Formats: sequence, structure tokens, C-alpha cells
Amino acid sequence: MPRQTFVLNGRSVTVDVHDDVRVLWVLRDLLGVTGPKYGCGINVCKACTSHLNGRAFNPCSVRVGDLRPHDRVTTIEGLADTGEAAGADLHPMQQAWLDRDVAQCGYCQPGQIMAAVALVRKVRREGRSVTDADLDAIRNICRCGTYTRIREAIAQGERRM
Amino acid sequence: MDATPASGIDRRSFLGFVVAGTTLVAAADLLGSPAGAAPGVPQPAELYDLNDFLTEAATPTANLITVTVHDDGTASFELPRMEVGQGITTSTAMLIAEELELPVEKVRVTLADARPELLFNQLTGGSNTTISTYTPIRVAAAVAKGALLEAAAIQLGDTVESLRARAGVIQAPDGRSLTYAELARAAASRTTRPVRVRLKDPAEFRVVGVGHGRIDARDAVTGRKRFATDLRVPGALPTMVCRAPTLNGTPRRLRNKRTILAMPGVRDVALVDTGVAVRAETFGQCIEAIRAMDVAWADGPVAGLSDADIVEELRAAELPLPALPDTPLAQTVEVDVLFYFRSNSAMDTNAAIADVRADRATVWAGLKSPITAQARIAEALGLDQDAVTVHVVQGGGSFGRRLFFDGALEAAKISQAMGKPVKLMWHRADDARVGRGHPMATSRVRAVHAGGQVLAFQQSHTSVETDFRHGLGEIITARSADLPTGLGNLGFAETVFELTQEVPYDFGAITQTLTETDDRFNTGSMRNIYSPDVRTAGELAVDRLAEAMGQDPYEFRRAHLRNGRVRAVLDAVAEAGRWGRPMPTGTAQGIAIHKEYKGCSACLVEIDCRPEQTGRDIRDGVGGPRVTKAVFAVDVGLVLNPRGLEAQMQGGINDGIALALTSSMHLRDGHFLEASWDNYFYTRQWNTPPEVEVIVMPSDSGQPGGAGEAGVAATFAAVACAYARATGEVPAYFPVNHRDPLAFRVKPFVPPVPQSPTNGRKLAW
Repeated sequence: MPRQTFVLNGRSVTVDVHDDVRVLWVLRDLLGVTGPKYGCGINVCKACTSHLNGRAFNPCSVRVGDLRPHDRVTTIEGLADTGEAAGADLHPMQQAWLDRDVAQCGYCQPGQIMAAVALVRKVRREGRSVTDADLDAIRNICRCGTYTRIREAIAQGERRM
Repeated sequence: MDATPASGIDRRSFLGFVVAGTTLVAAADLLGSPAGAAPGVPQPAELYDLNDFLTEAATPTANLITVTVHDDGTASFELPRMEVGQGITTSTAMLIAEELELPVEKVRVTLADARPELLFNQLTGGSNTTISTYTPIRVAAAVAKGALLEAAAIQLGDTVESLRARAGVIQAPDGRSLTYAELARAAASRTTRPVRVRLKDPAEFRVVGVGHGRIDARDAVTGRKRFATDLRVPGALPTMVCRAPTLNGTPRRLRNKRTILAMPGVRDVALVDTGVAVRAETFGQCIEAIRAMDVAWADGPVAGLSDADIVEELRAAELPLPALPDTPLAQTVEVDVLFYFRSNSAMDTNAAIADVRADRATVWAGLKSPITAQARIAEALGLDQDAVTVHVVQGGGSFGRRLFFDGALEAAKISQAMGKPVKLMWHRADDARVGRGHPMATSRVRAVHAGGQVLAFQQSHTSVETDFRHGLGEIITARSADLPTGLGNLGFAETVFELTQEVPYDFGAITQTLTETDDRFNTGSMRNIYSPDVRTAGELAVDRLAEAMGQDPYEFRRAHLRNGRVRAVLDAVAEAGRWGRPMPTGTAQGIAIHKEYKGCSACLVEIDCRPEQTGRDIRDGVGGPRVTKAVFAVDVGLVLNPRGLEAQMQGGINDGIALALTSSMHLRDGHFLEASWDNYFYTRQWNTPPEVEVIVMPSDSGQPGGAGEAGVAATFAAVACAYARATGEVPAYFPVNHRDPLAFRVKPFVPPVPQSPTNGRKLAW
């Protein structure tokens, strides 16, 4: 069986699994990293949103064989260690989520937070701030309907990132 | 009966128990004052509603609720209800913290396993949790505090009256103090003894009524919160099911079993009544196996049928509306609305872990009626009920879905068939197409007015059957809902309808009736059951009446409401939302009320139906009319956690918008088409109102009301009314986009689950 190596939350990991298996299942079923959630398996619900080399990606839609040894996969479990938390226990976006008490059932929220962080990084690369149009374009679904507080929390998280 | 109020004078005095144990265990019974009012005429829900029914059903066994104080100074409580996001673990921790004088952070609330001895008292539904557990939880916590004070009095050589409990510490007048940690064992009792306690005066509440963040929020934002599929049970490998191409079809044979078993990662295959199950090292390999299966199927019961067939069936089942008052000058207003099937699929799909052995079974799942689940699973496995342990796990949403236990039952059958533990997860495509949903229904309203008065208001609701076979959470009532020919379920449905529906206007002779037909679909009580549809048809009729009588929709409602609390929420949204402000053509305000679950709500929305909005091109989604603003006022009586209540209303607003504008299921050729979130258009960020305001009304009520469902009905109705005003047409069906050309390409039915893409790297952003 092929050996798959990549960097997960700051540490290199190696797993014996076929190339075709999507990264989501490698994380959840083989490595026990369950922060990224299954919600569709076809990259439309975005519940599994994590970061690949600092950018938002959906592990349900990447074959583990397509990861290279130096690729950095960050899940919600590793977000606070990315440097943006500046030594705090929580990333500023996670703290904003707590301050706004965003989560209801909480199932989609790891993905929501990872998407929010990626959005702030993206607009910064583009030299601008998050707009209402950016918020409207967020594709992560929340069936509890926490959208209002998500929008408020992103505004706070952006200010403190 | 114990734990009744001590006298008619002191309404805060109750009996509870200190239960024998090595650490302090306090118990309480429900207060024994059943609502005296019998169902009356003509509007039973006003006097005696679904919650009185559920609360009374819960009364006899609630004495088994216990609060334990541990020697680390924390308190714990096993809540015999299920947390699905509605915030009851947080509000329960707040209640215990309040009476026990302990910081909320030191109260641990977990979910109780299925406890058959609780009978009716382990059902999470009807927004009843807070209403039915408010007093017993406080009594148990107060008993615990009393026992701690007694133990402290002995150790400090003081009297209980002179001691003061605060923040987990008991202090004597001279400054000496003991912590709950130091007292937990000393306060324990070797025998169970009854004690009388006096509850706090609500005027002294410091925790209850003050907004508190969810107690599981930190776990949620760090990825530590565990749902059923996140649990690790030895040997419970990922398992999925290949399902039939027609709804509820059944498998005959797997033709290529050997090929499937030879696939990478695949360990086991088994035929069960719902499909062909596969167990593998990863869920991804289960998906691959399902896609490769060659199965012979028997058609399901609605094979070949489509939306139009069911509409025709409903129309045929409609009963004639009653005769109208015979007044020469009377004018009639009619509204006739069709509501298509809708899905209550939650983010966390139907899932369960099951470990079935020859003589026993253990199941982990998100279950709102765990006792019924336990009994049905035992029956299916051929085991005694007490040989089945059912652990209740927090659910990633419910919206009514988890009143049933489809995943848990199926997982148990598969585990038995394979002889191994399984972690069953439904694919999203199955959860969407085969999972339970809200039945298709029609609602007809006919109202008669003459001389500036409404003389009669008749509403007749006709629906595909709503499945209530979960009963009140245990097998006895579940059985009665399961009598042959659906008579039992119909009785349940009619009872629920009678106890929830109410027209709170002075509209003369009011009647509301329910007719149900067709038990072939997978249905259940989707969030707020009948109310969103019934209220929407009703409020559309109210707008028509106002128009016919030449009055403003708000003023008309105001003048005819016969309940001051409803009028107050209506006034609140009208003022905060600036009712009547000038709006451009193609946009409009809409206003509506709802009354149920001992609570009142009102919603004002503004909608934009202009082409700039409706013409938005959104990949894998729909834009359509945009609700640009929502103002919602709610009066639930005593508010435990205003922050949680606001969150529930915000969620309900998004549900109401989806029901009105975007989300439905299309039945075509015997199967629902919608297979995922790019087909089923629940409200998304591009649909949600940029402006949302929730007003929690002050209340002098000493009793809390229900909150989990209260946001949906008034919002759906307000959006419907706004849409009708903006477009000049009362919609004949909901959601308003249902008959538009499909906004998605239908995913195949064979194989039943789609392949996961592989281009995710390229799409990173």
C-alpha cells in the first residue's frame, strides 16, 4: 500500500493508504482528526473547509496521493498554532466566534471559521477589507441559520487578525 | 404525590430528596399542579396547548431527575433531553448554577442514556424542554444547596440561617468558609430522605435572564465537539448503505458481491431491508463500493409518481369548507395555497454507531426519543429492551429529523447482519432524498366580512401524513400511533394540530381542521410542525381581508388581535422596522404574527423582488428575491438565556425565508430529485438578510415558554405577505420558485451516491 506523507498541523505525518482516498477520510477515519466535518462529499457544503499551504481547500475533493510531503494541511485543530494567534490559546477568529456566541449545533462551524480566516487573508493579499459582497459569497452552509452572527464575528476577527 | 407546592400560599416551596450516595446527590419531582383547564371551544390551543399535553405526560416520572455535587466542587446533571443546537444544555447549566449558587462553568450537563423508567419524560420536541424541566431542575439544585448548607453548619458550628452560599463557597458571619468541594462528601446521605426546599425568588435571579454564551462553544470552535461519527468505538469501521433508485425501494440481491469484497479497504457486505450495506476502512472506500454495486431492486411504494400526482391526491382528499354565515351583504375572501415537500436534513446526516452481540447491543446516536428507539431496536434484534444500551450523542442539528431513529435502527440491523461493530453514516444524497421531511400540504382559508367586521374565518389544512410514530418518546404511545390503517397516527396528528393551531384574532366563528392522507412518504415533525404552513396561509388571508376592507395590514391586525401580548410584539416590530415607510416599486414590507407554545412572535420583513436581485447568477445555488431586512419580536414569557433565544430566532428567520422562497423537494418518477446542498436550496449567505434585529420582549411571567421553533412561522408568513405585496400576486404555492426550471442538474439515482471530486487543489483560494 502506498505511503502518503504530508504536514498536518505543523507535524509531518505518514499514512498507508491508496492514492485515491480523499484527504477528508484520511484525516477523519485514519488519523482521528475530526474537526473537518463531512456534509456532502462533493465540495458544495464546505463543512470540511481546512487550509492547504494557508489557503482554504476542501479535503473531500483532494486525493491524498495528490498531496506532496511538504504540503501543509491545517485543520481547525491546528489553527491556533499558525502564528496569527500570537501565543493565545485561540486564533482571533475563534475568539470572535466565542464572543459572538455564533455556534448553535456547531457542526459546520470549524469549516466556517477556516473559511473566514482564508477570506481575511485573501482580501489582505488584494489590499482591501471584507465587503458585504464577500460575505454574500461565502459558500459554507449552516442549517441552523447562524449567518447573522457569522457576519458579525468575521468583522471582529478581521479587526484583530 | 411528593414535591407538590407546600401550600397554596408559598408557591416557591417544594419537596425534593437527598438520595443515598457517597457524594451529594439531590433529586426532584415535577410540581404536581396540572393545568386545570380542559380543552375548550372554539380554540383549544389558547387554553391548553401541546406543551401542557407534553408537560402533563412528563409529570409522573420526573422525580428521577438528579443533580450530583462532586468532591472537585463541580456539579453534574444528566439531562434526559437531546441537545441539537437549541441551547438546552446551556440553559440547564444556568438554572442549576442559579439555585445551587455555583458558577455556570462548574456545572457539567451531559445527555442521559435511554432510561425506559422515565416513560414520557425523555422526548425532546414541541419546544417543551424548558417548560417541563424548569421547576424540577431548580428543585434538585436547591435540595443540593440545602444539604451543603446543613453540612457546613455542622462543620462550622453555626446555624444554616446564618450561612451564605455564593459561587461555590459557603461563608459564616465570622469569615470562615468551606467550599462545595470540601463539603460534597460530608453532605452525602446514607439513606434517601425527603427535604423541603424553597426556590429562589425570580426577582433575585443573577444568572437566569442574563445572556450567556453556550457552554459547548469552545469545543465547537476548536473542533473538539464530538458528534456520532466523531466517536471512536473499537472495531466500528465506516459503514454506508447503497439505496434503491425509487423512494423506499428494497434490495433483492447484490449481483457482484465478490467484486465488491475485493475492492480496496472493503471488509464486509450485508443485505438489510433498506439496502446493501458496506463496511470499509474509510467512508471514501464505502462510497467507491456503493458506486460499483450491481443490485437488483424491488420498486418502492411511490414508484412512477411525481409532484402532480400527489397534488391531485391532496385535492381529492380536501373536505368541503363549512357553510358560511348567511348574511346578505357578506363578502368572501379566499386563499388557497399549496406547500411542496421540504427536507429537514441537518448538516450532521443520519448516523449511528452500533455494536450488536449475541445477547446484547450498544448504540450511540443523536436521538430525541431514545426510549422508543431502544424498544424498536431491541424488537428488531430479537433482544430484551434492557439488553440494549442506548447512548444519546449531541446532534449536528435536528429540525425534527432526530425525533426518529432511522440511522440507529439501521446501524443495529447492519451490525447484527455483519456480526461486527459499525459506524453508519448516511451519504448526503440519501439524507436529502430518502430522509424524512415536511409533507406536502394544502391550506385553504375562507373568511367572510360584512359591515366592517369579520364574521367567520375557516381554515382547512390537508396534508400528506405527518409521521408521529415516535409517540411521546416511549413504546406505548409509539404503538398507539402505529395502529393499522393509520388511525392511530391520525389521532396523534389531529391532537397535535388541535393543540398547536390557533387564530388569535376576533374573527367571529373560527374553525381550523386537519385532514391527512397517504402514509407512503418519509415524513416527520419538521421544525414547528404544521404552524409555518398554517400560519402563512392564515396571514395571507388576513392581508387579503385588510385589503378588502380598505385597511392597512398592520392597523388591521392591531385592531383585531384579542391578545395583548401578541399586540405588543406586533407593535414592537412595526416601530423598530418603521412599518409603512415608503418603498420603491418591486420591494415591499410584510408583517405577520404567530402565537403558540405559550409564546407570541411577530416579524416584519422587507423584500426586494426587482430584477437586480431575482436575476442574480449564483453558481450551484439560487438567488431570487432577497429579504433585505428582518425585524423579529418574541415574547416567550420568562427568558432563561436571552442570548440563546436571540440565536434561535435568527435561525428561525432563515428557515422561514427558505420555506417561502427557495427550498423544496421535487418528486419525479418515484424519487426526490434533490441530492445535496447544490440542489436543495436552504438559505445561504447570499439569501440571508444583511439586516436582522431580534427584540426579546420583557415579561413579568414566572413561567418560561418554548423557543426552539418560535422563529419560523411568523417569518415565513411575513415573507409570504411581503412577496405578495411586492409582486401584486398572492402566491398559489410555496416556495415561490418551485415551478421554475430546475436550477441544477439532477444527480443519478444509479449509483445512488455521487463521486467525490478530485480537483480540490485547483480550487484552493
